[in-house]
Amino acid sequence: MISFTVNGKPVTVEDPPSTPLLWVIRDSLNLTGTKYGCGMALCGACTVHIDGQAVRSCVAPVSRAEGKKVTTIEGISPDLTHPLQQAWIEIDVPQCGYCQSGQIMSAAVLLAENSAPTDKDIDEAMSGNICRCGTYPRIRRAIHRAAEIKTQRGAK
Amino acid sequence: MTEGFAKKSPTQIALVVLAILTVCLPALAQQQAAPATASNSVRAVLAASATAGSGYKSDAAAAQAAFNRAWTVFNSPRCRNCHPSGDAPLQGEDSHVHIQDVKRGADGRGVYGMRCNTCHQVANLPGANMPPGNPKWSLPPAHMKMVIQGETAGEFCRQLKDPAKNGQRTLAQIIEHVSSDDLVGWGWNPGDGRTLPPLDRPEFVAAMKAWVDNGAACPQ
Repeated sequence: MISFTVNGKPVTVEDPPSTPLLWVIRDSLNLTGTKYGCGMALCGACTVHIDGQAVRSCVAPVSRAEGKKVTTIEGISPDLTHPLQQAWIEIDVPQCGYCQSGQIMSAAVLLAENSAPTDKDIDEAMSGNICRCGTYPRIRRAIHRAAEIKTQRGAK
Repeated sequence: MTEGFAKKSPTQIALVVLAILTVCLPALAQQQAAPATASNSVRAVLAASATAGSGYKSDAAAAQAAFNRAWTVFNSPRCRNCHPSGDAPLQGEDSHVHIQDVKRGADGRGVYGMRCNTCHQVANLPGANMPPGNPKWSLPPAHMKMVIQGETAGEFCRQLKDPAKNGQRTLAQIIEHVSSDDLVGWGWNPGDGRTLPPLDRPEFVAAMKAWVDNGAACPQ
């Protein structure tokens, strides 16, 4: 059995230790916001956080989460008030939407470490998240907007 | 033991001797194989020195020949791909730039949500083109790039010896690093679909030791 927290809630799962974390999240814990894309850590759709760091859950064995804090797209805020969620809604970023939970999870790490990212910072932070609809310009705008929202909240 | 033999027939004794030989000979052969490999390595170093035209007359020539031999490992994709001249790791047998615009980062472990262990685990994942892994998976840090890509053997040798560029390592510490570092060792356990360096690790370490023991002169 492997124990960790998911979105602040302690869980214990009986999946084999080598099971990809993605399948534990989706199938054992029924958190289906995290998507399966390539299964080879190539596209970023499955991105979650382990102790605040971005991890491709399709290739990370669940054993890697033992005793750690896992955050999925469902846990990024309880009420859609995360600056990225606000910006994503405001700019209407998604087209098909399949990659967007991974995009937001990668962007969240960027904003946590850099409150005013440049276009270059965004390129470096987001280049591992593929969008077949080509929403990259809106993703870039939304990250800049989220940084503004975050700064404005911090100033209050 | 003698009494035991005395009670057995010649056929029984022959069978016992045969069994002992069957068990022991492979073990003896294995014991002899290791020194033979090291010996071959040294002979190869000497032969390389001789073919360089200078013969084995000076320590410098032997050291240079030994380093040239080690260089074939350093300059293999398994080592070169994580010692790039730029700030992105390389991939594959052709050492192309790592897809996804991956960056070195200050500590050699990537940036933001593009850290090495975002995708790379503590061990190789099975299957072709799956991410290789090691607990220390990383590039050299930005302040100590230890570049292999695009370097000559001599250029890399001088870089490797320079304390300002090698993390203040002594020659003995360099030997220790190539001998026992786990991430260096990954080069000989690279996972599915990746070629091995041209020398095995003991041969590589022997060449490096020969380089140091002969004065650590660098190739031109």
